[in-house]
Amino acid sequence: MPDRSRAPGTSIAYVRKDEAPAFSPPVATTGPIGWLRDNLFDSVGNAILTILGILFLVWTIPPVISWLFIDAVYVGDSRDACVVENAGACWAFVYAKFGQFMYGRYPLEERWRVDLTGILLILGLAAAAIPQVPFKRLTMLFLLVVFPVLGFVLLTGGHMDLSAGFWLGFVGLGAVLLAVVLGVCINAGLAPLGPIRDVGLGLLAIALILAVVSFDFGLRPVETQLWGGLLVTLVVAIVGIVASFPIGIMLALGRRSHMPVVRLVSVIFIEFWRGVPLITVLFMSSVMLPLFLPEGVNFDKLLRALIGVALFASAYMAEVVRGGLQAIPKGQYEAANAMGLSYWQGMGLIILPQALKLVIPGIVNTFIGLFKDTSLVLIIGLFDLLGIVTLNFSDSNWASPNTPATGFIFAAFVFWIFCFSMSRYSIYMEKRLHRGHAR
Amino acid sequence: MTSKILPIVFGAALGVAATAASAATLDDVKAKGFVQCGSNTGLAGFAAPDDKGEWNGIDVDVCRAIAAAIFDDPKAVKFTPLTAKERFTALQTGEVDVLVRNTTWTMSRDTTLGLNFAGVNYYDGQGFMVRKSLDVTSALELSGASVCVQTGTTTELNLTDYFKANGMEYKPVVFEKLEEVNAAYDANRCDVYTTDASGLYSIRLQLTNPGDHMVLPEIISKEPLGPVVRQGDDQWFNLVRWTLFAMINAEEMGVTMANVEEMKGSDNPNVKRLLGVDGKFGEAIGLSNDWAARIIKHVGNYGEVFDRNVGPNTPLGIARGVNALWSKGGLQYAPPIR
Repeated sequence: MPDRSRAPGTSIAYVRKDEAPAFSPPVATTGPIGWLRDNLFDSVGNAILTILGILFLVWTIPPVISWLFIDAVYVGDSRDACVVENAGACWAFVYAKFGQFMYGRYPLEERWRVDLTGILLILGLAAAAIPQVPFKRLTMLFLLVVFPVLGFVLLTGGHMDLSAGFWLGFVGLGAVLLAVVLGVCINAGLAPLGPIRDVGLGLLAIALILAVVSFDFGLRPVETQLWGGLLVTLVVAIVGIVASFPIGIMLALGRRSHMPVVRLVSVIFIEFWRGVPLITVLFMSSVMLPLFLPEGVNFDKLLRALIGVALFASAYMAEVVRGGLQAIPKGQYEAANAMGLSYWQGMGLIILPQALKLVIPGIVNTFIGLFKDTSLVLIIGLFDLLGIVTLNFSDSNWASPNTPATGFIFAAFVFWIFCFSMSRYSIYMEKRLHRGHAR
Repeated sequence: MTSKILPIVFGAALGVAATAASAATLDDVKAKGFVQCGSNTGLAGFAAPDDKGEWNGIDVDVCRAIAAAIFDDPKAVKFTPLTAKERFTALQTGEVDVLVRNTTWTMSRDTTLGLNFAGVNYYDGQGFMVRKSLDVTSALELSGASVCVQTGTTTELNLTDYFKANGMEYKPVVFEKLEEVNAAYDANRCDVYTTDASGLYSIRLQLTNPGDHMVLPEIISKEPLGPVVRQGDDQWFNLVRWTLFAMINAEEMGVTMANVEEMKGSDNPNVKRLLGVDGKFGEAIGLSNDWAARIIKHVGNYGEVFDRNVGPNTPLGIARGVNALWSKGGLQYAPPIR
């Protein structure tokens, strides 16, 4: 007979009411030790690799750190400071030459113009790149139309010498163009007012830009021969990037066009420029071109480099964009047609937004490659950042065993900052535009 | 058909360049207000930028002297930095008025390129650098030494010839790149480093302990470096040539930057002619008669230019050697102004 006289809440059978306190996990599986075992020492092979890796770091890092920072020479006004026993990096050299590394031989008292251009560019870019900032249309207008003219005037001093003959020719050409538009419209039985107004406004805008460029703002002219350093690197890279993007898209569309002439021209252009090395293009422009021009006709060297780089980058850009176009399913093209969109509407509203989004990594890759290729302008006697750093090694006032290494590290660091920022921004853009496939 | 047309087109283009070049350079220079000068893209002591970005060097000073002679302003000169490959084209096509870019005067360059060498502003040549601890004072004591040299250069050939001619043995340690040669020599992998003497001095600055090394006095090849002008414009050629001679003559007569005004009152007829007090020598080359005085006032005489840019008191520390005046046992000799 069961004993019913037990106090409530007690029982013979042990029934657990609450969870037993958990044992702490074995020391070897959690915390830093667990992490080490999981990631670095989970097999004999990995353990050996880890130890070798650590030894390698211990072997390399301290000397690098001490060369770069601890033993480095920070102050000094000539090589004497840097040729002491066991000296490290010669940062005093970079400090003394910093102005040159940034501006080249741009006159000291005019350097505010470069600074101003740079600040305007940074403000414009920031406004365009940060999604939260309003007035995107105005910003783009500023960046693509106002800024180039402003930058040109600020950097070169403006006051381009356009003769009266040039203006006469411009007016004449404009009149002919308007007449042609009028003729075509009448011939096709369209109302001529709209197209005439558009062409007229375009001509007026060009005339305005030319007027601004040739106006004398009282700025001292600074010829491109004096430009150098980061200024040249950025001018070449930015002009190359800005010019190559639209030209590249046009070429990519041209290459996939059904019109044989357009396709042929695009293919020839792309294959030609992709087929020759940039260094050859630059070299041709500086050594061969002058032979064919009459004496006295001198193309600005920087302009030659800019044209060469822009055409070269366009060909690469075209192929990147074509990759994107090919990745868009045929249904999208057909859908655009079915909706009654014209070719340009279909491309602008449906195909290109998708295609360009797909090839962002490729586009940024081309930009970064272009940015680094700017160093090649050295062979035509223009000094970009790397060029001017190397040039200053020849200053006997600063030649020391550590000067070249220091200069190269500085140049590499500046290049890295720019390329890394571009790469980060592209990742951000990819994520932002990648809504449709986000998981 | 194409194969026949192409050479004609090229020929015509070159012909245009050649005929255009015969125009009077001096008039062009005066019209535009400055001398366009082809310079090196950076060579210690010859053409290198200082902290402010101003070009300095023994080559650069020749350009400044030309500008001083024409405009009485050594700053009326623009420099076009040229690579070794570009330099002759730039001169031939009129992109630059004069090329002062440590260019070696050789027969083929002088006779086949449509150019003229106006003189020699630096006598260079292949030399040897050794560690002072080796206790060697002459290249003739180098028998059995290991020699660091850049491969595929005339330097290498000169080296072989020199050791063979003097009946000495040596062990070549060859490298493809200049930087590799520097590193090897600095790491004591060879006893001797050989290249052009002016190069040896600037390389010495980049060694760990520059003071432990010395350049031996022997020069085993001829590398006369000088300004170059286009052929066919004798007036300009004379101007460049006599600019150089004026600097050398000034040193010989003791006319310096500091005492040039004072020397105008000198009784020495040579000095009077040089400084334009007597005679009309400047007019003969299309300049004013005080042309040489202007050069010396702004740029200095040859000795001053040498000392300022590469001389013993500069980091390069190059001794005058063969670049001393003829009267002091060197090769620098200028015809008299009379």
